Amino acid sequence: MNYNVNEKGYYGEFGGAYIPEMLYPNVEELRQNYLKIMAEPSFKKEFDQLLKDYVGRPSPLYFAKRLSEKYNTKIYLKREDLNHTGAHKINNTIGQILMAKRLGKTRIIAETGAGQHGVATATVCALMGLECIVYMGEIDIARQAPNVARMKMLGATVVPALSGSRTLKDATNEAIRDWINNPVNTHYIIGSAIGPHPYPDMVTRFQSVISEEIKWQLKEHEGTENPNYVVACIGGGSNAAGTYYHYLHEPDVKIIAVEAAGLGVDSGESAATSVLGKEGIIHGCKTLLMQTKDGQITEPYSISAGLDYPGVGPMHAHLCKTGRAEFMAITDDEAMKAGLELCKLEGIIPAIESSHALAIFEQKIFKPTDVVVVSLSGRGDKDLQNYIEYFKI
Amino acid sequence: MNRINKKLQEDKKLLSIYFTAGYPSLTDTVTIIQNLEKSGVDMIEIGLPFSDPLADGPTIQASSTQALKNGMTTEVLFNQLKDIRKTVSIPLIIMGYFNPMLQYGVEAFCKKCQEIGIDGLIIPDLPVDVYNETYKATFEKYGLINIFLITPQTSVERIRFIDSISNGFIYMVSSASVTGSQSGFGDEQTSYFKRIADMNLKNPQVIGFGISDNTTFTQATQYAKGAIIGSAFIKHLSTKPVSSINDFVNFIVK
Repeated sequence: MNYNVNEKGYYGEFGGAYIPEMLYPNVEELRQNYLKIMAEPSFKKEFDQLLKDYVGRPSPLYFAKRLSEKYNTKIYLKREDLNHTGAHKINNTIGQILMAKRLGKTRIIAETGAGQHGVATATVCALMGLECIVYMGEIDIARQAPNVARMKMLGATVVPALSGSRTLKDATNEAIRDWINNPVNTHYIIGSAIGPHPYPDMVTRFQSVISEEIKWQLKEHEGTENPNYVVACIGGGSNAAGTYYHYLHEPDVKIIAVEAAGLGVDSGESAATSVLGKEGIIHGCKTLLMQTKDGQITEPYSISAGLDYPGVGPMHAHLCKTGRAEFMAITDDEAMKAGLELCKLEGIIPAIESSHALAIFEQKIFKPTDVVVVSLSGRGDKDLQNYIEYFKI
Repeated sequence: MNRINKKLQEDKKLLSIYFTAGYPSLTDTVTIIQNLEKSGVDMIEIGLPFSDPLADGPTIQASSTQALKNGMTTEVLFNQLKDIRKTVSIPLIIMGYFNPMLQYGVEAFCKKCQEIGIDGLIIPDLPVDVYNETYKATFEKYGLINIFLITPQTSVERIRFIDSISNGFIYMVSSASVTGSQSGFGDEQTSYFKRIADMNLKNPQVIGFGISDNTTFTQATQYAKGAIIGSAFIKHLSTKPVSSINDFVNFIVK
């Protein structure tokens, strides 16, 4: 079984490029060039250098001793939270900004939900001196004020998405519309492993540095490159895609994907796409998505702004359908509890997204000898207000 | 012969109007279609509303959101249209995004269109190659003409390919834009219109996006067989009653 994208842009039956003709030249230009550009020695050199000196890679693979003792198994945390800007998002934006420059683009657009990808995009635009426009739902702008301020300080223009439900999916629609209106000079930096081919593959490749590092780091710790499990939370699924990438074809490594159940999978307020979603088309790709019987895309819910996307990347839809990955759903309450537990046991305040991945240890029993690598995709600073309100701190 | 092909043979410039089904109110669909025909419109695009219309600007987005709120669904639209051919004879095209059709079932959707007397479909996010490899046979089985878009950025080679698999007209997007974002045509657009006209394609071209009044309609149809108006008509409907459609059409064709 192949879990990577095929030459037509599909992962099994998922993926493709379901885009209006107006976007065809942009997407086609990218499709024809992305692998070529990524293979250029000068590109690789610049990308690796920036990841090292600017992002601060490699991010540590940390053996969480007290957490491991509590759950009687061996838990390693991949510390993406220690990256510059506080999450894995910057691995992708560094890669894409270098791609945009080589394609001769002078204007960058992006969508953002909680603002993490927006900040990571504004950061690399400042670094490269390129114009940056970030689309963000009007409602998200109101509830993520610190990140809006960060983007502005970094020189980006933040444009409110006023259509539809005024959240992430609408911000994505607005970014796509901007790209339709500016087809020549603009590159769209999509923040997750979603969108029309080649985006899911390109984003996955930029994020694959995560599992590339896990391999040699785990070898140092445990004498083997392969853990028994790799675990990551999934919204669109970019940190997960990067965490799984080099293990997709290692059958002895089990993959666990953790979705946000919100108030509960059956509560009507959830973002557990693998359970609630059905095959359909969202933002240019065929994948699993939450929709009405009539094919209208619905609004998901999670306490974590980074996980409340109504779809999931096409690679993950394929991993789900083929059974390669085990999908688990974690509620708001379970995630918040796991987040606080990590603070107390390990002195690390995780992003609420990452807390979902940590919460599986309450649900699933691992063997004492199992090595479980969890992607700690982001730090919790951005979520302080949420933690304060939730725990009445 | 399909009504679209028959209409394209008429010796006149064609006016096609787009509206969003279920807007301004849920039950306006049939009245709007009838009034458009009575006003002398040549062809109608019935918009099946979608929650996330990527290729549309604010006007059509807002009308789609409203139509969905009003309760429009694929099933409701088909029910409203079931007797439409008793009163309306001009070509009718359904324009919508692919996901609602996919959920209804592409074959079931096409079959229903044929039963009702729909002549063609415009599906902006169904790519040319996917249509050609997967759905062409189904569309043809039910006598439906699929209409493709081209833009100023579409390569000559791709235009030729699109022309080769089309059997109605080609929808020329006037400029790189979403719907409703232009006012008036400049030199760049007229030279694009001329460039396409000079390609002598087998399918006639109809220009859409940016047509909002008599001037832009006349400019566009100088180079193409017809023109499509969407956002300007929706704007009209947002403030004026459905009974005033005649005024709008007269304002365009004079």
